[in-house]
Amino acid sequence: MLLSPYPTPGERIRVALLWLWCGLVILFLLVPILIPVPLSFNSGAFFVFPLEGLSTRWYEVVLGTQRWQSAIGNSLIVAFGTTLIATTLGTLTAIALSNEKFPGRRIVMPLLLSPLIVPVVITAVGSYLFYARIGLASTYTGIILAHTALASPFVVVTVGASLTGFDRNLMRAAAISGAKPLAAFFRVMLPLILPGVLSGAAFAFVTSFDEVVVVQFLASAGQRTMPLEMFIGLREKLSPAITAAATLMMALSIVLLVVANLLARRGQGRRAASG
Amino acid sequence: MSALQPSELDRPALARGRPAAGADPGTASAALRRAEFGDRLRSLALAAPLLLLLALSFGIPIVLLLSRAVYDPTIADALPRTSVALAGWNGQGLPADAAFTALAADLSESQAKGTAYELAKALNARLPGARSQVLKTVRQLEGAAGKSPLEIMKAVPFWSAPATWPTIANGTHAITSFYLLSALDLRWNADGGIERVPPEQAIFLQVFLRTFFVAAAVTIATLLLGFPLAYLIASVPKGLAAILIVAVLLPFWTSILVRTAAWTVLLQKFGLVNDLLLWLGFASERLDLMYSRIGLIIAMTHIQLPFTLLPIYSVMRTIAPSQMKAAYSLGAKPFTAFRRVYLPQVFPGVMAGCLLTFILCLGYYITPALIGGASDQLISNFIANYVNVELNWEMAAALSFILLVFTLALFGIFARILGLERLKMV
Repeated sequence: MLLSPYPTPGERIRVALLWLWCGLVILFLLVPILIPVPLSFNSGAFFVFPLEGLSTRWYEVVLGTQRWQSAIGNSLIVAFGTTLIATTLGTLTAIALSNEKFPGRRIVMPLLLSPLIVPVVITAVGSYLFYARIGLASTYTGIILAHTALASPFVVVTVGASLTGFDRNLMRAAAISGAKPLAAFFRVMLPLILPGVLSGAAFAFVTSFDEVVVVQFLASAGQRTMPLEMFIGLREKLSPAITAAATLMMALSIVLLVVANLLARRGQGRRAASG
Repeated sequence: MSALQPSELDRPALARGRPAAGADPGTASAALRRAEFGDRLRSLALAAPLLLLLALSFGIPIVLLLSRAVYDPTIADALPRTSVALAGWNGQGLPADAAFTALAADLSESQAKGTAYELAKALNARLPGARSQVLKTVRQLEGAAGKSPLEIMKAVPFWSAPATWPTIANGTHAITSFYLLSALDLRWNADGGIERVPPEQAIFLQVFLRTFFVAAAVTIATLLLGFPLAYLIASVPKGLAAILIVAVLLPFWTSILVRTAAWTVLLQKFGLVNDLLLWLGFASERLDLMYSRIGLIIAMTHIQLPFTLLPIYSVMRTIAPSQMKAAYSLGAKPFTAFRRVYLPQVFPGVMAGCLLTFILCLGYYITPALIGGASDQLISNFIANYVNVELNWEMAAALSFILLVFTLALFGIFARILGLERLKMV
């Protein structure tokens, strides 16, 4: 529908210009995120093209040195902890909110989404202040709790979306057939909303794995995560090891989020099929 | 049979307690109310764990932080005698000698209790330079040989300077508006009115304006880049649209830190952007793009572009092509059809995308910290700096307070006018 049925030459030019402009915008979107990839395989220590030669030496630095290994380990601990809590509690909350009789639904939803809107420095500084008082500063628990606040909105939204297609009569049918509520949940509801739950879990994992500001305030020196190590590295001295770390992180988030979106779409496809 | 069906039970007439014809009015509606009450309670119990966890890990921390902006008992706690002695002071000139003696006693006690440094820091936050004076006086009081505390106090010019006692008197009130006013470059004057601080002390208004300026510039840039692309994606056949949307989603799914790292590589003096500018002839020599305002805006535009584009796209793809065809067939020129038929319908999406980007830009921290220069730091960077470097929690809290008010006000407008479902991406 770019051209009207009887396009004038001027209109053709406008559409050509639109394509040209959009082509440039797409280059602007893609080139910056692709640039670190070839640089991470550069054998030289400088960020200039053409590359001096191909090597995996920077990946050996990231995957082989103790500093980065411990950072990757910390990132995984925090991200798995966050994913577990955010997915469990977020799913329960999404189920509760899918009930129209939930009291104060219109108030709860903006509150649940507010961690996405509140500037993250405020969340980080506030957590630092509060956790120091209750002994949670410099603990994995503290970081995981703070990350759960940032990650759970994604779970509530994705599971909520998959629940809009869920027929509540199925739960009534299960109850009439004698299933206890817990059994009905695990055997009827969960299998049907599983794509949404897994998709929410992937979002939660990526949110935590990529997060750097909260970690910067809450983590002790031994708890530095991969993004924090990158942030510190970028402030000190630009080393090609950072491009290798960036490439690894980018690959992980993109793979997980592609999976998350395919799952979410599958959940919606099911809804279309059942509805 | 049909009476057992849940849909019958859900009927509003019954829910409001009006008895159905023939039913026993007491028991049936009461049982229903009980069942509904239980249903509500159950759903509340399901949501409770997350809501409690959010209160603990998000709500309380923020409320606690904000309270630091208006509640600072350090001075009041350290100077109990002075508080009493100043109770009747009119704020003009110097207070009676009794206040000096009381302050000396409080200072000696705070030194004995080990809180003198805290006090010195708290006073210094309100009156720059006070820290060293307090610590000096405390040492002199400790080693006083034969001199009375009053003599020592009078011998230090700082304690007779015009600004000192009003500051102490203000400090003895634990609830204070000092930090919030400071965050807006305002202060109380001697007559009890509010005035601007002298230009050489003003910092924050400029930083807030800078933050708004950068947010506005990035919002406009993302709209100029994003609107045409959203329009193109919504107009081309499905397969091509899917490929184009991936080009938008790939950067969207890459973390802000990784994208910022990529831009620090690109914006170097011998980086790709400078190569490109030279090659195209837009620049005659290599520019300093790192640690510059323009570099910051370019990087933030890249990061925010999907946030602006996706809400616009999600509206555009709901607009049936037949509408434009109808407009053409009624004789509208393409531009007229676009302006009168298309634009009014996509306007909510444009508003949603722009408002979202503007709100998120106000809270940027990572990118200014890594790409901006000293004069490109945004309000979040100042908050972090007050916590990490200056150790001035009250000022950090006051700046957070004001930033949060702006952010939540805009978010409230968003939720009110556009609805929260517009926050959904794709």
